[in-house]
Amino acid sequence: MRLAETAVSSSGVCGLKLRAWLVVVAATLLSCGRAGPAQPVFHTLENPARLSAWQLFRFNGKTLTLNNRVVPYDLNSALFSDYAHKLRTVWLPEGSAAAYDEAETFAFPVGTVISKTFYYPTSDPSGKRVLQQNDATADRLLAGFDLSSVKLIETRLLVRREHGWDALPYVWNADQTEAMLKRAGDLKRLDLVSEEGTQSFPYVVPNANQCAGCHATNATTRELRPIGPKARHLNRSFAYATGVANQLQYWQQFGLLENVPASVELPRNAVWNDASEPLDQRARAYLDINCAHCHNAVGPADTSGLHLEASTTMGPTLGRCKPPIAAGTGTGDRQFDIVPGNADASIFAYRMAATEPAVMMPELGRSLAHAEGVRLISDWIDALDGSCEVAP
Amino acid sequence: MHTFRYQGLTAILLIAVAACTSDSGPETVADATYQETLQLELLDAKPGTVITIPEGVFSFDRSLSLAVDGVTIRGAGMDKSILTFKDQVAGAEGLLVTASDFTIEDLAIEDTRGDALKVTEGNNIVIRRVRTEWTGGHKTSNGAYGIYPVQTTNVLMEGNVAIDASDAGLYIGQSKNVIVRGNRAEYNVAGIEIENTIDADVYDNVATNNTGGILVFNMPNLQQEGKSTRVFNNQVFDNNTDNFGHKGTPVASVPAGSGIVVNSNDNVEIFGNEIRNNRTANVIVSSVYSTNYGDGDTVDGYDPYPEAIYIYDNVFEGGGDAPDGLDLKALKLALYGFGGAFPDVIWDGFADNAKLIDGQMPIMQRICVNNGDVKVLNADGPNDYSDPREESTLHDCDLPKLPSVVLGSAG
Repeated sequence: MRLAETAVSSSGVCGLKLRAWLVVVAATLLSCGRAGPAQPVFHTLENPARLSAWQLFRFNGKTLTLNNRVVPYDLNSALFSDYAHKLRTVWLPEGSAAAYDEAETFAFPVGTVISKTFYYPTSDPSGKRVLQQNDATADRLLAGFDLSSVKLIETRLLVRREHGWDALPYVWNADQTEAMLKRAGDLKRLDLVSEEGTQSFPYVVPNANQCAGCHATNATTRELRPIGPKARHLNRSFAYATGVANQLQYWQQFGLLENVPASVELPRNAVWNDASEPLDQRARAYLDINCAHCHNAVGPADTSGLHLEASTTMGPTLGRCKPPIAAGTGTGDRQFDIVPGNADASIFAYRMAATEPAVMMPELGRSLAHAEGVRLISDWIDALDGSCEVAP
Repeated sequence: MHTFRYQGLTAILLIAVAACTSDSGPETVADATYQETLQLELLDAKPGTVITIPEGVFSFDRSLSLAVDGVTIRGAGMDKSILTFKDQVAGAEGLLVTASDFTIEDLAIEDTRGDALKVTEGNNIVIRRVRTEWTGGHKTSNGAYGIYPVQTTNVLMEGNVAIDASDAGLYIGQSKNVIVRGNRAEYNVAGIEIENTIDADVYDNVATNNTGGILVFNMPNLQQEGKSTRVFNNQVFDNNTDNFGHKGTPVASVPAGSGIVVNSNDNVEIFGNEIRNNRTANVIVSSVYSTNYGDGDTVDGYDPYPEAIYIYDNVFEGGGDAPDGLDLKALKLALYGFGGAFPDVIWDGFADNAKLIDGQMPIMQRICVNNGDVKVLNADGPNDYSDPREESTLHDCDLPKLPSVVLGSAG
């Protein structure tokens, strides 16, 4: 303990020095003009009220571009968030790298800033009508991320500080010139327009605790962690400005990631909506990214005994013929989480299709149902063999 | 009767609030100012912080949450400081607490879409004089739990009032070292439920007009199996409200008219209670096989049998005269006739036969009833209820008494 305390206090001093230095650098760079400095800024302790203080993005009044060394990324299968598109970026201080892990979130160094900007395509950025379209953020970035065709909603930061990760939700203004820190969260009323019609819904920006509701994947330590930057989610190609490359290789070449094993095949989750991949793998990838941050052996939903990580084997722990524990209204009068061969009788499909707060799963992060995701999990359950009749 | 007073007062205040909000334009869905103020206070709290909720009715459209240890939330009274979630659009609970050394007292949480107050994975939790209520009456669409600590240690739930939860009014699950005392649970499916919990003392409570009054359950597939609960000096009467739980929930298999129910739990002591007019049975001792979830797969090691159950010195009156469900109605009619009644204790008859020695259950695993002339009906569940019979002499035994629960630092 003694050693640890010493280490912390000495690093605290370093932190202060670094901070003072950064203020000087930032002030110097700011004086260079409106284009902004070349690098993002890591704020070691304070939480700036304005997103621009982190200097992740550059604006010229028409487009959004990423600042130097801010790397965009994408996941094989992503969390559903009311059909919002997501611009994900990672930035590490120069000269530092994350350590590869086969199963868990990479170990990122202090100073890492991960951002996720939620936005919708629209023809009217200041209005509430937004469009339901496939997320093509990488293409949009290559084309110069035109701000007149998107409505920016919020940018969530995960910042790796000495004491761990902090989660900071920033909400964009109507002019799309700045996002303000809203630690208590926010609610925006939007109309989502698709070929099937218009759905009005409350888009909910989580409060800082609710960030932990998903990102504290261990409910006992309550330590926040990024969820997406794991090998199995990142192992895919991305269309960078310099060309298409595998993200893990690119991160390695770029110096963002070290200790990647060279000789073994790296884990990879399926793309949930790529029909060319096996149904089982697509369904498990979907459950992994949408559910397992809570539904894992140490997560907030370990109270339920239901674990949905990619590594869980089929059985009651994965929901097969498993009666609910404290689902309340969430059962929808159904007896088991998964009834093989019968999605309609399974609590899984019922809760995924629900939008009532007490019923729906995930509990947080959406107001709308993900019809395509419900269909995938329903197809998967319908294809399972067996039944739930077990004699006492 | 005082619960009706609360409802009346709340209704008046809500009307007043509704009148205010409708003046401020159609865009307003809630009094957003206090919502943000309180949530920021919860975020900025430090160990030792006392957050005071003033008198008034405050409306929220999203869940509140607290993740800082050592915080106290204090209102001006359960009928004075009212947090209403009638307009809630997001969040599975009203207030979610993921922290230790937490105290909440003297306020009400109303009409949440899901659970009213949930506390997970904390130590030293005090929930005192909090009212949770769904003001529209007992509806299946109400939230599941009123007060809901789960995976907690050293918990005191005292002087609370829980009304109209569609699952349990006061529920404690997967916890250790718990005292539930002086609470009132009314018009819930389960009044008070102790589930997969080790060492709980449940006393001086009133459970009335629920579907089932006080439940001591063990569910399969969880990390912790419960045992050692003492239920004593409670008033458990008129728990005859029709079951309005969702069919798949464990409590949905509780028949209306159940006083105290022990299901698949061990070392349960029931004494000194006043148990009256619960029309299916005043006490039910059963196994998971008599529930709606007994057919499911379970992970290894789950013990489905209620063992070492000790019932003594209770005062019984009435009850057992109008059981819920066709099977129980038919059983009652066949055994006791139209005007008759079940005895005060019904056991479903499931026992771990592997433990029998010379055809007898060892005394330490038995269901012992030493309560004057109270009789026990073995419903003969294992044989499809073909030979139900009173077998009081088999249960004429005593078990060592359990020690009382001492809280580490709460209280």
